[in-house]
Amino acid sequence: MSENIKIVENATCTFCGCVCDDMHLHVDVEEKKIVKAKNACILGRAWFSEHTIEENAPAAMIDGKEVSIEDAIEEAAQTLVNAKFPITYGLSDTTCEAQRQAVAITDIIRGNIDTTTSVCHGPTGLAFQGVGESTSTLGEVKNRADLVIYWGGNPAESHPRHFGRYAVTPKGMFIPGGKKDRTVVLVDVRKTKSAPVADIFIQPKPGKDFEILWALRALVKGKTISADIEEETGVSLEVLQDLTEKMKNCRFGVLFFGMGLTMTRGRHFNSGALLALATDLNEFTHFVAKPVRGHGNVTGADNVVSWQTGYPFGVNFSRGFPRFNPGEFTTVDTLSNGHADAALIIASDPGSNFPKRAIEHLKSIPIVVLDTKQTDTSKDAHVAFRTSTYGINTSGTVYRMDDVPITLRPAFESPFPDDEKILTGIRKRVHELMLARHSANGAIGEAKVAAPL
Amino acid sequence: MKMILIPGRSAKQGTSLNHGKLKEEYIETTSTLEMNPDDMQKLKLSDGDSVRLKNATGEALVKCIAKKPGDLPSGMAFIPYGPPSSQLMESDTAGSGMPISKHMEIEIEKL
Repeated sequence: MSENIKIVENATCTFCGCVCDDMHLHVDVEEKKIVKAKNACILGRAWFSEHTIEENAPAAMIDGKEVSIEDAIEEAAQTLVNAKFPITYGLSDTTCEAQRQAVAITDIIRGNIDTTTSVCHGPTGLAFQGVGESTSTLGEVKNRADLVIYWGGNPAESHPRHFGRYAVTPKGMFIPGGKKDRTVVLVDVRKTKSAPVADIFIQPKPGKDFEILWALRALVKGKTISADIEEETGVSLEVLQDLTEKMKNCRFGVLFFGMGLTMTRGRHFNSGALLALATDLNEFTHFVAKPVRGHGNVTGADNVVSWQTGYPFGVNFSRGFPRFNPGEFTTVDTLSNGHADAALIIASDPGSNFPKRAIEHLKSIPIVVLDTKQTDTSKDAHVAFRTSTYGINTSGTVYRMDDVPITLRPAFESPFPDDEKILTGIRKRVHELMLARHSANGAIGEAKVAAPL
Repeated sequence: MKMILIPGRSAKQGTSLNHGKLKEEYIETTSTLEMNPDDMQKLKLSDGDSVRLKNATGEALVKCIAKKPGDLPSGMAFIPYGPPSSQLMESDTAGSGMPISKHMEIEIEKL
């Protein structure tokens, strides 16, 4: 460790959707690494300490061979404009400024854009459209919530500061006693490390969330539920009745929910049932529901894609205007059904995390990847860019899981360009190529090609 | 033995992916299956033994460790998200974009 230590106050951790912006970083400027991250959780400490600079790593490669960034941008642009069904995917671990460029690229090349939301809270996005959202910021939760329910998630391991910074232990304006003024409920099929935080732990049978949520809706409305609900769901009627009374009689209740609802049978029906329960409870008290979001700027991806296209994810531009159709234009589907013939992957690793059949097709098509580290996706890429890390090397905007935008304070410079710079280069080049193509064809004038940003 | 597999996040999976998804720590973390000790006894398994997870989509070879019986009910197993769980994930999304990524029905056998 050198003696040249720089302090960065109020930096932001972008590892998870909590986007904690109270980091106190000690940066070894000569070694280009963060040696201490005060206030960070176990995940944040790993995020800051492990994002060091691999000086010898090439900034750009084509088929595994080092090339200039300019050559890689040219090859990436050619690959994308020559594809019949190019897909753009990822985007949850980069800035809103970079996300905006990715939407523009996809628009220009008449491609298909989707984000990691589709395999995260995508079903919740569908439920929002069907049911609506009774929402709030995490600040309101901190200051007001006296009943906090976590459903189908394990924040102790996935979002460790959710309890301590936002929802359980902090003292708030109307919650002066912190945790002792709140009742915390956890609903999960596993008794996870989050269970000790909960005053009430409910462990249903797996795959019975919808049934329990619907029963709670009925109880809230004063309907009679048979005691054999316990046999069906693993949760007794008494427990459900007790929870119903707590929900109806709290001053400000919140339902935080995770992948236990969206990734299981029922998907958007599960999320929709929970959102409908929150709506129903507003007849009695104030109740909100918030999805607990995973990646640092997955909420930003939803926002940017929504305000640019009108839809949050799974958007196709092949007809020259945006169309939204989950199940067709979502990436697991465009890959599994073999439609995609080129992919622009930004800050994501579908080559590791997607279903087997989708991975097999992904490996058979040319991939352009932007990532800070080598992954299963980038190691097979046709064009691979090594980019700097948002929040550590790059400024920009991210959205916390409650849709609050936060500006990033970088800690030290990286020799690698950021995602926005590479994507802007690709966007400019694909625009030139598409203009040239349309001019050559003569049939379609320049006005039909999307204008650059 | 038939079981329900719940892939999910763990703190170790989260810290090791920052180190690198091609590094040994991440590969080991995402290849470690947590099981109910009674189920392990039925299959004559000890901590660290290798098992094959299999369903109609694919198969994965992983190591198993025991959890407390109350934490993980009999018939259910947990694995941190990663390449092995992807091998068992069906690609059909039922028109939603989301594959069933938790609650997968699998067959487990001792190697």
